[in-house]
Amino acid sequence: MGQKMLMKGNEAIAEAAIQAGCRFFFGYPITPQNQIPEYMSKRLPKVEGGCFLQAESEVAAINMVYGAAGAGARVMTSSSSPGISLKQEGISYIVGAELPCVIVNMVRGGPGLGSIQPAQSDYYQSTRGGGHGDYRMLVLAPSSVQEAVELTQKAFDLADKYRNPVLIMGDGLIGQMMEPVEMPEYVKPELPEKTWAATGWKPGCGRDRAIINSLYIDPNVLEQHNRKLFAKYAVMEQEECRWQEEMTDDADYVIVAYGTTARIARSAMRKLRENGIKVGLIRPITLWPFPNAPIQKAAEHAKAFLTVEMSMGQMVDDVRLAVNGKKPVEFYGRTGGIVPTVREIVEQIENMAKEAK
Amino acid sequence: MAVVYEKTKMLTDKPLHYCPGCTHGIIHRLVAEAIDELGVQDKAIGVAPVGCAVFAYDYFNCDMMEAAHGRAPAVATGCKRVNPNNVVFTYQGDGDLASIGAAEITHAATRGENITVIFVNNAIYGMTGGQMAPTTLPGQVTTTSPYGRDPNHCGYPIRVSEMLATLDGPAYIARVSVHDVKHIMEAKKAIKKAFQMQIEGKGFALVEVLSSCPTNWGMTPQEALKWLQENMIPQYPLGVKKEVE
Repeated sequence: MGQKMLMKGNEAIAEAAIQAGCRFFFGYPITPQNQIPEYMSKRLPKVEGGCFLQAESEVAAINMVYGAAGAGARVMTSSSSPGISLKQEGISYIVGAELPCVIVNMVRGGPGLGSIQPAQSDYYQSTRGGGHGDYRMLVLAPSSVQEAVELTQKAFDLADKYRNPVLIMGDGLIGQMMEPVEMPEYVKPELPEKTWAATGWKPGCGRDRAIINSLYIDPNVLEQHNRKLFAKYAVMEQEECRWQEEMTDDADYVIVAYGTTARIARSAMRKLRENGIKVGLIRPITLWPFPNAPIQKAAEHAKAFLTVEMSMGQMVDDVRLAVNGKKPVEFYGRTGGIVPTVREIVEQIENMAKEAK
Repeated sequence: MAVVYEKTKMLTDKPLHYCPGCTHGIIHRLVAEAIDELGVQDKAIGVAPVGCAVFAYDYFNCDMMEAAHGRAPAVATGCKRVNPNNVVFTYQGDGDLASIGAAEITHAATRGENITVIFVNNAIYGMTGGQMAPTTLPGQVTTTSPYGRDPNHCGYPIRVSEMLATLDGPAYIARVSVHDVKHIMEAKKAIKKAFQMQIEGKGFALVEVLSSCPTNWGMTPQEALKWLQENMIPQYPLGVKKEVE
């Protein structure tokens, strides 16, 4: 453990990636994530074997990631919403070819060019695959700079473990906010060797020819491939689901929120507890796989749920699927780059409590 | 008895899927022979395109990557930057390289990315069934220019080699043809040189190979080669467009 430093979320993520052995970064400028490529451009040339390259587009950047990951490297790219949309074709290929990499999305307001302010309106895109085809990505949603650091390092291990891209979904606030952060000493877990990587082959070298590829022209073979991918996702659902629960045991009302919104919801929860309303908080840390278990458990005793998001309501669908009609699930969201306030969330719960009487 | 001719070990035994009379087979062989003769099979990594050569990973007997449409130069960049000792090449058609991948090829060239690009130009989209390409000649009939390509409506063909040769980044750019034996021998020389440049660390090398598509041009193989010679070469002059010392 190093000493505490004051770091911007974007810079902390970049440094955490380098600590975790990421030596290749390909990116393209877009607000509000520019400190990640800027930091990488400064640091990586000073690290042995490090290479930062500014690509000509987000499309090129994600395809450079494909090439570097296919060659066996730990590699990362980052962008913000419109740029992530551009990367989706490449992400789909990376999933299809079973390559590990880490992608950061500092989400901003949409649709279209939208705004440069924080948002969470890429939840559907992140958790339903995002590009074409039938696939999933592990989606990690930090709610502090410290957690962003820890999840970034974890993301590289998970990507290698499953040979699948891992998405870090932050928002403009997580990226831009400065907080004290302690850089943990990275210890690489035992991971399978990348014997599948394209590094040069000749007959009798001890492995088959590496073919990094997502094309399976025979429908039966493609179906088998997709079933294999989904068997992998089933393991992820079993083993990689992460969340944080606070005061849910006796809660009448449970707020479900992630990232920046969860911090505001926590303040609202404390305020409401002071006012005598028993409120709890469930904060999904993995958005996919979605933490159904704590929500199902809370649905046994809670009167109702409130999902709070910086969107018009996307994660609320997953909360409703988990609750499965047992209890009402309300939604409160701000959008366009507007961050909900503690007061707004307090009012929502107070209104729900009033209606229940 | 002395062996005077044999199959290069840089091609697998998989039968090629190309149409009868298509010159992809010749170009595959030239690329494979060049890598073999330079003794870098164990270092070679090929990047296949989307288009007729999409299955190139089944034919080149080395580690291979399959790229998205147009993105082979970006994929090759990522791969080469990780392992600079690998000999990395892309094999791309004209729809892939000159249309959807125009940005990737231009920027790989201007970065002087130390890779070799084999650019097969047959003036048409072959795999998808003969649509108009950025390289389709004025007046040429395709399935999406059924009245002949009208430059007033959809512009002029792109001379990729001349365009890229204006950049400071590339080390070697040449256009060759495979319509007869003499030109095939010259094409072989250029392709080998393009790999040699990479091995010597000189930077970005591209060989544009004029190629025929009898199926989608609606011609016999012989007619197609004649059409290439009489129509494509005037539009796309052969020769070395750029070479650094």
